[in-house]
Amino acid sequence: MNNLRLRFSQNTGLWLGVALFVALYVFYSTLHPKGWSVDLLVQNSNESFALIMVSMAQTVPVITGGIDLSVGPMMTMVNCLASVLVSGSPLAIVLGILACLAAGALAGFVNGCIVVFGRIQPIIVTLATGAIYIGISLFLRPSPGGKIDDNLSWVATNALAEMDSTFHWFAGGAPTWFSHGPGRLPVPIVLIVLIVLLVWIPFRNTVTGRGCYAVGSAEGAAYMSGLRIGRSKIAAYTIGGLFAAFGGVYLALQTGSGNADIPQAGAYTLNSIAAVVVGGTSLFGGNGGAVGSVFGALVLRAISFCFRVVDSNGPFGFLGNPLLQPIFEGVILLLAVSLGAARVFRVKNRLSLFT
Amino acid sequence: MHSLTQAPFLSLAGISKRYGGVRALANVDFACQRGSIHAVLGENGAGKSTLIKIISGVVQPDEGTITLDGHAVTFPNPQAANAAGIVCIFQELSLMPDLSVADNIGITSPPRRFGLIDRRAQRRRAEELLARVGCEDINPLMRVRQLPLSRRQMVEIAKALGRNPKLLVLDEATSALTAADVDKVYAILHGLRDAGLSLLYISHRMHEIDALADTCSVFRNGQHIDTFAKGARTEEQIVQMMIGREWRNVYPPKPVRNERPAPALELRDIGWEDRLSGISLTVGRGEIVGLGGLDGQGQRELLLALFGVLRGVSGEIRINGERRRISSPAEAKHEAVGMALIPEDRKTEGLMLPMSVRDNISIAALGSMTHGIVVDRARESARIEEIAAKLKIKFGNIGDAVATLSGGNQQKVVIAKWLLTGARIVLLNDPTRGIDVGTKQEIYQLLRDLADSGTAILFYSTDYDELIGCCDRVLILYDGRIVRELEGADITEANIVASSLNLSLDAAKAPHA
Repeated sequence: MNNLRLRFSQNTGLWLGVALFVALYVFYSTLHPKGWSVDLLVQNSNESFALIMVSMAQTVPVITGGIDLSVGPMMTMVNCLASVLVSGSPLAIVLGILACLAAGALAGFVNGCIVVFGRIQPIIVTLATGAIYIGISLFLRPSPGGKIDDNLSWVATNALAEMDSTFHWFAGGAPTWFSHGPGRLPVPIVLIVLIVLLVWIPFRNTVTGRGCYAVGSAEGAAYMSGLRIGRSKIAAYTIGGLFAAFGGVYLALQTGSGNADIPQAGAYTLNSIAAVVVGGTSLFGGNGGAVGSVFGALVLRAISFCFRVVDSNGPFGFLGNPLLQPIFEGVILLLAVSLGAARVFRVKNRLSLFT
Repeated sequence: MHSLTQAPFLSLAGISKRYGGVRALANVDFACQRGSIHAVLGENGAGKSTLIKIISGVVQPDEGTITLDGHAVTFPNPQAANAAGIVCIFQELSLMPDLSVADNIGITSPPRRFGLIDRRAQRRRAEELLARVGCEDINPLMRVRQLPLSRRQMVEIAKALGRNPKLLVLDEATSALTAADVDKVYAILHGLRDAGLSLLYISHRMHEIDALADTCSVFRNGQHIDTFAKGARTEEQIVQMMIGREWRNVYPPKPVRNERPAPALELRDIGWEDRLSGISLTVGRGEIVGLGGLDGQGQRELLLALFGVLRGVSGEIRINGERRRISSPAEAKHEAVGMALIPEDRKTEGLMLPMSVRDNISIAALGSMTHGIVVDRARESARIEEIAAKLKIKFGNIGDAVATLSGGNQQKVVIAKWLLTGARIVLLNDPTRGIDVGTKQEIYQLLRDLADSGTAILFYSTDYDELIGCCDRVLILYDGRIVRELEGADITEANIVASSLNLSLDAAKAPHA
């Protein structure tokens, strides 16, 4: 019981993010005419997937005390690559997806190597490599287009039940336990859970993953404890690239095309940083985690969802004015983040505020 | 001693190490045995820390060889030393504050299942190790950040034991422990010794060395002076060995006073957290008062508390007889208080390294050089040039980045910056560290000149020599309290060393060697 309380108090940032998301989403679903339906959940989770992945990608470098400004460009690059590779025979599709993920991981690995061996600040390294990745995207896809396998596109962006009707898993139709049970789950949500369970949780529990937290917490102490600091940092950027690649592949499936959209890449990068902070990870490094960032990204998405359901004739109609939306988004974001900044009031030595 | 006849477990031969122009170790031979606790003694800066860093692979010697268990070895990094069974417990803790106690204990080689860290096994192992050091009360799931310093030190010891050391190095590892924990640690260390480990023990506390050590080595000025079995030398002899260096007369003469000057700064019963308690002192106008004692006994915290950096300071501060509350450096600097702090680390707290010499000098006093809301450039330049000439700061161009200056000149820039504010109370936090002798001498003269013009100076130094040469009075801190006040002819090195170790002054009464 005591341990439970301790674990809770050590993750207040995460729980604040979760609570904020639940509040916003309940508000949204209640007002939405199609609220609480599978269709709406599918639509919203499709809209959120890429940002969630990019936010998870941002989290790992931030935990080491760094930052990755190239997460949006990496996602865009993989998106363009997918529009070239993910079509044809089933084998070609599988190999294509694997190649896309490998490309993202490689891009992250390059970031990590430059940070560690070049001893350059991560913010500059990733600003530069981000431009390079955008350049590669433009080279791959000078104008929007390309081809993505239609069946795969369809099943990836719908409820699980569609998988059965597309690929005919169950002879003689799906049993009711499936179509009324897990079949109603949106595929993107299932994918996120799988990625967290199969990639993030194992990574966090390796010595290398633990080393990422150690480096962000006290790099000197980590070195003195005999940890391999460079390896942890490179791994952090590499796994960041992999997460961004998941986002890029999904974006290709969702839009059925590739698009070297530069403003979009920038917006994803900046939103990913906001999502990391809302999800309870300190920009100074050393704590937090990717699960928090999932909810951080969901909070950001839910804020913009809410503007869709405000009655423009009601007393708060001005809230629905699309021209004012960025202002309100900014204010809500500031409020959300300042909830987590209360620690300043407990500091005894003011000098420690600056270290 | 039976152990002296065995082949040593670790031996160093002809080890030298220089940092820039400073000689940290000179041709040191040193050996320690299995099944023995070996104490290393010496003043601040005697070379003990460098010795430990070389043994643990943190720094590499310029010359000399290390032999471990009969084989020549080199340690390019701490991992290599760890792999050879050398584990250190450092004064500056090597714990990651954001990680849990269990994570920290298992950080380098956690128990694994299928290649992943087995958190449950790790927690059990942490519990076992904590139980071994008698700290069952520490929950392994707590973040290290949440623990007080004394508990962190016990975690650090548990972490070291978890690595199955063959040679355990303890660098001031008991400085923050509670009395109850110290007894537990003694029992553990005796147990490890009896199990055949080598232990290197660095401590400034004489009674600890009495209770623990089998063998003692004394270092002074980077040289190994002597190694002897415990009990072979008296306390007085050891103190003499530690301090016996030549006297250099680089200090300006002290004024002769018949009565105490009017107080400029008075403290009553200052306390903060568990680092300072019951500190009362007075610094008179024109007086230089030294703060002495071993490193880390609360001297820095006291200066920070006065300068408004610490929160929750209890007690009373009076400036020129008037009670003041100082809650930020900006308030401390304000005319009504007129305080200046020359900080400990000029690179982070004293200077803005990339900014020019000019901007660094004027930054604290800009408020007094304005014309309306705009800085009066002509007045600024005139005052900067005046102070730079007075302090004989050497620079190529006044617009050069202050980072390009030598350490001594950088420190002069920090002092110039604060003198420009017209401070009447100057606090100094070890201001001559890493500075050449010539500049030191200029700084001593400057301090005396300031005092003669009526400034009150509170001066912390880790160099006993400086305290003796510069100060009218010296207050010795131990464990966050003032344990002794020395004045006039009583300010001797022997008295300072003995007081710093919280010994009675008898140990110092022996004649100078």
